[in-house]
Amino acid sequence: MHKFLIRSFVSSLVLLFTLTVAAVAKDVKAAFVYIGPTGDHGWTYQHDVGRKAVEAAGFKTTYVEGVPESADAERVLRQLANSGHDIIFTTSFGYMNPTNKVAKEFPNVKFEHATGYKREHPNVATYAARFYEGRTILGTIAGTMTKSNVIGYVASFPIPEVIRGINSFTLAAQKVNPNIKTKIVWAFTWYDPGKEAEAAKALIDQGADVIAQHTDSTAIVQMAEKAGVYAFGQASDMDKFAPKAVLTSVENNWGPYYVDRVKAVANGTWSQKDTWHGIGDGMVVISGLDSQMPSDLQAKVKKLQADLASGKVHSFTGPIYDQKGNLMVAEGKTADDGMLAGMMTYVKGVEGDIPK
Amino acid sequence: MIKIVKRDQPSKAIFFFTPVLAIFLTLIAGGIIFYILGFKPFEALKFFFIVPIADKYGFSELLLKATPLCLIAIGLSFCFKSNNWNIGAEGQLTFGAIVSGGVALLFYDQEGFYILPIVILAGAIGGIIYASIPAILKTYFNTNEILVSLMLVYVSKLILDYLVVGPWSNPEGFNFPETRQFSDSARLPLLFEGLRIHAGIFLALAAVIISWFVFYKTYLGFQMKVSGFSLKTAKYAGYKGKKMIILVFLISGACAGLAGVGEITGPIGQLHREVSPDYGFTAIIVAFLGRLHPVGIIFASLVVAITYLGAETAQIFMQIPKYTGQVFQGMILFFLLASDYLLFFKFKFIGSKK
Repeated sequence: MHKFLIRSFVSSLVLLFTLTVAAVAKDVKAAFVYIGPTGDHGWTYQHDVGRKAVEAAGFKTTYVEGVPESADAERVLRQLANSGHDIIFTTSFGYMNPTNKVAKEFPNVKFEHATGYKREHPNVATYAARFYEGRTILGTIAGTMTKSNVIGYVASFPIPEVIRGINSFTLAAQKVNPNIKTKIVWAFTWYDPGKEAEAAKALIDQGADVIAQHTDSTAIVQMAEKAGVYAFGQASDMDKFAPKAVLTSVENNWGPYYVDRVKAVANGTWSQKDTWHGIGDGMVVISGLDSQMPSDLQAKVKKLQADLASGKVHSFTGPIYDQKGNLMVAEGKTADDGMLAGMMTYVKGVEGDIPK
Repeated sequence: MIKIVKRDQPSKAIFFFTPVLAIFLTLIAGGIIFYILGFKPFEALKFFFIVPIADKYGFSELLLKATPLCLIAIGLSFCFKSNNWNIGAEGQLTFGAIVSGGVALLFYDQEGFYILPIVILAGAIGGIIYASIPAILKTYFNTNEILVSLMLVYVSKLILDYLVVGPWSNPEGFNFPETRQFSDSARLPLLFEGLRIHAGIFLALAAVIISWFVFYKTYLGFQMKVSGFSLKTAKYAGYKGKKMIILVFLISGACAGLAGVGEITGPIGQLHREVSPDYGFTAIIVAFLGRLHPVGIIFASLVVAITYLGAETAQIFMQIPKYTGQVFQGMILFFLLASDYLLFFKFKFIGSKK
């Protein structure tokens, strides 16, 4: 009797195993559309690291790099959907309308659009990372390490994503050092090493001794290295580009999400959703901390990281005031996702106006 | 022994043969590059130049891509034929798109047959206004039109940036840098259901026919030709140079502006930061590859358009880096300029002296 039970248990296990394997091995093909070259060591590079994780999980992948957000995006998407891909990740905001348009024509193909907000068809999902949590860590480090109390920040475009980052960074820096000022230079680009370096130089000339960035190239950390000030890596670990300047980097870690979603397609469990993951889910990762940071700061950062992950600490905890002194978030409250998604005002301590 | 001898006159046959030679050499060099990169050369070339246009949809995409290139190159040929170096078609395209997009946005919630003609006209006017700047500066202040027109490209892109980030950004768009979508009445009609090819192709074809007529049947065309050969001769013949310079710039600007209209009211349907993937610059290659001849430009625009499509297909199916498309465009121009040497020189075989 026992033998029989064990046997049937084992055989059902084997059956279950083969079923699972069969389901996973169901030839799911994933495609990735990139805005830049895979060698940009920033935004696109990290998405490609994510793609490689999908390959490592046993799926076939395809990518097309340097796809402009012009009329060309739609053609690339249609071609990918037409050539046997089951799930297509479009990794730049400007692909939003083409993604939804092509998704309508291919209801059996799943589309995943990064950083957008339109999900017009049931086969379109959106995803983004809570990068602002990483910026809370950077702000804490910047506020502690600055001597001039002027922190420079190279920003890309005045959209909520970027404003949120500036605010989160500034709030954290103020917490450890109430005297700091954040100076912003708008580069109006996501990736332009020349412009970014110029922006960083302008900030250094204005007395900034720590530079943060919300653009994707390594030009800023390299400029900081040359000028002997501190900086933070963006999107990927940029330490090797400026070993003295880079204190740490906020890495975009898309791999787990990508593997998850491709597996969901394989298992037939994929469904539309809007994902917004942070440090806790591992989508935002803090690189190794530089040894120039004092050990008590390092310990503080590690604890903050754990608290952000567990939800014990929220990047936007009241009281928060805007530049004019109006209350944005009351004491004891935290900003909800709706407020974060539409954030278009600077908090107190940020210098200048949002370009209109 | 082979000796290189200067020709008495540039050879007409070679004039039209060298573009073909340049394309042929590009294919060979491309094959070698693929081989060095570790890809099968013939398979790669097949995915580059045949697979993308093997079906109806692919062919329609080729025409869609060639339309702005052809239109701009036709306009540029007016300038280049008459020794006016308008390098700023990209800026004229962008400004045309800005003006016509602005008009289309005025009508964003309206329908009506009159909207599209106004939008198209606005784009042409935008291109004309923008091209008139280097033209006027050149004729009245002796500035270098290459520099002025090129620099204005960056200005136009900054203006577009400003508008889509700020005043024209979609109020429901979370401040992302893009405008509202245009109403259907402001969109160029599609020629076939399910394909993206639109009525803009007729603008390009009209430009081809008109330019052929102007080049070969009118006094203006003759003036342009003479000025192209020698500015001094043109002056000596008593041509009013200034008028002609301004006119060719305006024609060129109108064509580029219309190309911009074709993009935003055709496949894109709104204004955002990337209206054109540098069509205005690529069209310079097209104009020269087509020998500044209207029919030549049609073929050249198709050849260059396919380098874009092929690069995508080759990456999807063979994982060849997409930027090889730009390498091909560069190579075509390089081989064309290099083989132009044959226009003015010939090889002469001389028996060795005994």
